[in-house]
Amino acid sequence: MTWLDILILLVRCLVLALASATLFAYFTLFERRLLAKFQHRIGPNRAGYIPLPGGKKLFGGWLQPAADAVKLFLKEDVVPAMADKWVYIMAPGFAVVPALIIWVAIPLGTWPDGMGGNWLHYAPIDVGVLYLLAVTSIGVYGIAIAGWASNNKYSMIGGVRASAQVISYELALGFAILAVVMQNSTFRTEEIVTSQGLIWNIIPQFLGFIIFLIASTAEVVRSPFDLVEAEQELVGGYNTEYGSMKFALFFMSEYIKLIAMNAIAVTLFLGGGNFPGIDTLVAAIKTSNGDTIAYAVQGALTLGAFLLKTTALSFLSVWVRASVPRVRYDQLMHLGWKVLLPLGLFNVVMTAVFGVLFPADSLIAKIIMCVVGVIVVVIVSATATPKHAKRGVTLVNPSAGN
Amino acid sequence: MDLLLFGIPALVAIVGAIAMLLSRNAVHSALYLLLNFAAISVLYLLLQAPFLFATQLIIYAGAIIVLFLFVVMLLGAERDEQTPHANPWQNRGAIVGGVLLLVELALLYVNNPGTIPIAANLDDGFAAPTEIAKALFTTHLLPFEIASFVLLTALIGVVVLHQRRS
Repeated sequence: MTWLDILILLVRCLVLALASATLFAYFTLFERRLLAKFQHRIGPNRAGYIPLPGGKKLFGGWLQPAADAVKLFLKEDVVPAMADKWVYIMAPGFAVVPALIIWVAIPLGTWPDGMGGNWLHYAPIDVGVLYLLAVTSIGVYGIAIAGWASNNKYSMIGGVRASAQVISYELALGFAILAVVMQNSTFRTEEIVTSQGLIWNIIPQFLGFIIFLIASTAEVVRSPFDLVEAEQELVGGYNTEYGSMKFALFFMSEYIKLIAMNAIAVTLFLGGGNFPGIDTLVAAIKTSNGDTIAYAVQGALTLGAFLLKTTALSFLSVWVRASVPRVRYDQLMHLGWKVLLPLGLFNVVMTAVFGVLFPADSLIAKIIMCVVGVIVVVIVSATATPKHAKRGVTLVNPSAGN
Repeated sequence: MDLLLFGIPALVAIVGAIAMLLSRNAVHSALYLLLNFAAISVLYLLLQAPFLFATQLIIYAGAIIVLFLFVVMLLGAERDEQTPHANPWQNRGAIVGGVLLLVELALLYVNNPGTIPIAANLDDGFAAPTEIAKALFTTHLLPFEIASFVLLTALIGVVVLHQRRS
């Protein structure tokens, strides 16, 4: 590896970091506008627009993320007097680093560099899926130690809740991913993408996809599983004592983790950068215009397909946030341990049985697995709600009359 | 270059371990232990064993230390309480044992100059997931099953204790 290679690698990493930060900025705008639409409001539509004749305004609000960033930059940066200073300062870093490094193992598309590499896949490691799990699982440190270091009751409760919740849902997440690994019999993320072809993993692994969506939402402590920062109970949870750019870093890591989780779901279940028709188009360009242009077109198209699918899942995240109220703590634990974990085990067993009974890539097996998955999801979602609140958490006394 | 690549994580691991022992605050100790585990996972990576790297991070860094932190934070037990040691000889015994081990290591090194085998001089991919699975389910099946049995015992113990209380 020469110095030039290292320089190219550094530039690529910088591009990736800046791209994910930009993605975060515009995801906040996307979410705020959508939430406003869901709630019959208008949302941020002022900062920056292109005036059109007739008083119309195009792209209203596209500078809103920049305005937010400037506002946060100009806030005073305070360290609470009784906080554990070093841990308090380190915590935002602990939160941001996993959110950024998780992207290197996700194949964002296919742009062959002509030497067996891929410009859009930074680290094709042979345990890519395990790397994703490892980075996800260390993502909780930022929240946990921020809660502890702030020396504040509410922050502390937020941190404790975060660590308990993330550990609980990691198991279900791991089982959902394990079933995908068994389905495609590889740990390499890029091989998982290519082996999906046109029948994406969501068909044989429908149950796994549902488990992954729920568990990943809980893993990034997003609504409806955002007990970590339940503002009605905990002020702001773990980030109560944080302000200025430190708060912005937490905010950023939360959203980047969410987008990364959606990107992982796209990679594992929705065929990554695959889309019907891209291959034939690229082959046609290759014969008429040569390899370099064909590779560039392939890169742009697969990246576009990948981003399109990620945006669709992100829309689903916003939709869920707008429609589902926050769960209670006992419901959270019930769902994680008594519903998702057995379902994940069932899915792994089912994948193993079908893998032995049917030849590899059998279409019938995939369709049967999809049907079984849909039936199981319907039955479980109809029956598996906790019937009564547990003793001690009922907030309203039924005998007190109304 | 090789020495540097090995030396930095090794040094970080040792510093993390010592700092963990000397730290008076349980949360700081847990964070130093995290540093130690992270450095050790980098060492696995240098030994061409990415599978062990990932599992080290998932299990130790991602689950065990998070549980440590959870318990410490839940009980509010960060501060070291100055309780008298149950066994006054514990510290001295540990120091003597540590010195003995160091002396043994030095003797081994002095007596066998140049013949100490390199830690991992195997083919690429000797620690690939498939190879590890093969080893676990064929050669080392019995120890593997015994280890899982021990874990199962602990799990059943938790259930039994919980039942007795309520």
